[in-house]
Amino acid sequence: MFSRQSQRTAFAVGAGAVALGLTLAGCSTGGNSGDGSTITVLVDNQEATIALWDALVEEFEDQNPDITVTVESRPQGAEGDNLVKTRLSTGEMSDVFGYNSGSLLQALNPDQTLANLSDEPWVDSLDEGFQTVVSTDNGMYGIPLGQSMGGAVLYNKDVYADLGLKVPTTWDEFISNSEKIKAAGDVAPIIQTYADTWTSQLFVLGDFANVLADDPNWAEDYTANKAKYVDQPALAGFEHLEEVHEKGLLNEDFASATYDDGVRMVATGEGAQYPMLTFAAGPIIQNYPDALQTVGLFPLPGESADSNPLTVWQPNAVYIPKSTEGAKLESAKKLLAFLVTPESCAIQSEVQAPQGPFVVEGCDLPDDVPALVADMQPYFDAGNTGQALEFLSPIKGPALEQITVAVGSGITSADEGAKQYDADVKKQAQQLGIDGW
Amino acid sequence: MTTTAPRLPRRRRGPGISPYPTWFYIPAGVFYIALFLIPTGASLYFSLTRWNLFDATFIGFDNFVQFFQEPALLQGFTNTFIYAFVTSGSKVVLGLLLGVLLSSQIVARGFLRSVVFFPVLVSTIGVGITFKVLLDPFDGLVNTVLATFGIEGPGWLTDPSLALLSVAMVDVWKGVGLATLIYIAGMVAIPQDYFEAAKVDGANAWNNFWHITLPLLRPATATVVLLSLIGGLRSFDLIWAMTRGGPGFTSDVVASVIYKQYQGGFFGLSTAGNVVLFIVVAALVVPLSLWLNRGEKES
Repeated sequence: MFSRQSQRTAFAVGAGAVALGLTLAGCSTGGNSGDGSTITVLVDNQEATIALWDALVEEFEDQNPDITVTVESRPQGAEGDNLVKTRLSTGEMSDVFGYNSGSLLQALNPDQTLANLSDEPWVDSLDEGFQTVVSTDNGMYGIPLGQSMGGAVLYNKDVYADLGLKVPTTWDEFISNSEKIKAAGDVAPIIQTYADTWTSQLFVLGDFANVLADDPNWAEDYTANKAKYVDQPALAGFEHLEEVHEKGLLNEDFASATYDDGVRMVATGEGAQYPMLTFAAGPIIQNYPDALQTVGLFPLPGESADSNPLTVWQPNAVYIPKSTEGAKLESAKKLLAFLVTPESCAIQSEVQAPQGPFVVEGCDLPDDVPALVADMQPYFDAGNTGQALEFLSPIKGPALEQITVAVGSGITSADEGAKQYDADVKKQAQQLGIDGW
Repeated sequence: MTTTAPRLPRRRRGPGISPYPTWFYIPAGVFYIALFLIPTGASLYFSLTRWNLFDATFIGFDNFVQFFQEPALLQGFTNTFIYAFVTSGSKVVLGLLLGVLLSSQIVARGFLRSVVFFPVLVSTIGVGITFKVLLDPFDGLVNTVLATFGIEGPGWLTDPSLALLSVAMVDVWKGVGLATLIYIAGMVAIPQDYFEAAKVDGANAWNNFWHITLPLLRPATATVVLLSLIGGLRSFDLIWAMTRGGPGFTSDVVASVIYKQYQGGFFGLSTAGNVVLFIVVAALVVPLSLWLNRGEKES
């Protein structure tokens, strides 16, 4: 008979063995190809992303009863980037995963790590502009999820109406509007939210369509180590950032305010103008439904009123890693094919706030879009848009957000900031092994 | 270490030699090699490459050159030293004062001791996030309280000239309990005979402190200085939780500069940064440790 002690030991050993077995079983599901009846999807852990995927998976499983899709989540931001890179490089990636398109995709070494989708039947239904941002010279790797968005100035239409202001088409008009708002008193003319450092980049990144209007080859020259931020026209973004701080046009708490604060201010009229990406429509719909038609949009104005184009961002994409093989690969491709159908788009615009036009043929936005999305449409209709730099060049320096905070808080000058960013870009280009650096 | 076969029998008989065979070291040795020596060697190699996790290109010392050209690095180094010396100095002074206070006969001594030590037990990230909220320039408790006295508090964490010192202040608040504990232990270990003899000679409390307590606390001081200086030089978590090196680069320290390179995907470069940090910390702490412990060995 077992003594009490040895019984316990036996139990512990047994439990350990079970735990080990489970762990090993867990490993093996990631590795082998299986029969394709279960596939895993890795997405970022934003509440909105998870909700969207749950809705999409439900519909997909209804249509394909023999396939079960498990959604896994990962952190956002740089931590998530590293997780994706590590799992790809070790061959442990989920069967399907969501990630950025454009320059961040290039850092994943797509030719070596991702499955080429260029022969899939649905490729032609994707917008050509989008195809370029998920492709290399050797293949096409991703499908879009969500809509394209604009990087522009969100403004409170009530504040503008109260003060009788007109939407500015040049930088000087923008500044004079802001001065008038400041003179009127209570409302912060321009909102900046440096507690979330990424929000500080809009004056630079959102100005890029103006750079392109001035010099259509700027992106190629930049990739080829010829165009620099220290020179015009690109320097203007840094100068604007410096100017709005120097002239005291920012909200009082710009250094400690967060993105959520910024959305609140522009929605409630505490602030007038907030340079931001149009995905801010999401929190506005959720938290300030009354402001849906109050918050409008205009592109970041440049020097001249002639072009005044809108800078647009491509949607994020969904990819299949090379480690997905056999029957699993077939199931994964079925899932991707489903994601680019109008049905999937309908679910996307139902679950998530629209932030701009779809890039899939046959997908249209519902009629009751927020004002800031409706304000984008004329620019798309007139073809008066320019892609953000991260979709035209693989190089984006990772320190931009700290540099723009420093310039926007008056710690460094625009020239110095642009110089620091050029150095940061050089480092990234060398890391990516781009010719000419 | 391995020993040659012919010597083994003689060594076994020698006094003070372990009776256990050398291969008892193997389990520990395997762990040490696998978990410490191999990674150290690997990081030395990777610091000489441009590495993106998928493949590594050997580029010699370019990473080190690049690292020293980093715009944030010079400031990072200056900040690291400021941070290390400010926190270390404050912990010595405050820890000593609190130690003297809390080893004297005062009411609720045990309770006060635990109060001082309590912050040491709290998670650093938790402390950082809490203080970030408390030090918010507009809604934070600190500035709200100051405002009731008619004082307009500064942007503790958003003013470029204050951010680093504010974090250092929080670090001292969190770490002074440990310094106090070490000092109390040091004071308790001082034999009462000295004080009795001094009393006979007519020494007052100040003489006691200056001529007996302070000199005999030298080992405790050495421990506090070393621990807090090393802690200060490699400090990262509190700074990251409170300012992320910001605003801009104004509160960046070496460790946060390295972490940002890692985040940016410059794995070779950040490894080179770690090698630099390792050398700098060693170059500072080894001589300091020898110097501080010299008196102890002589006595």
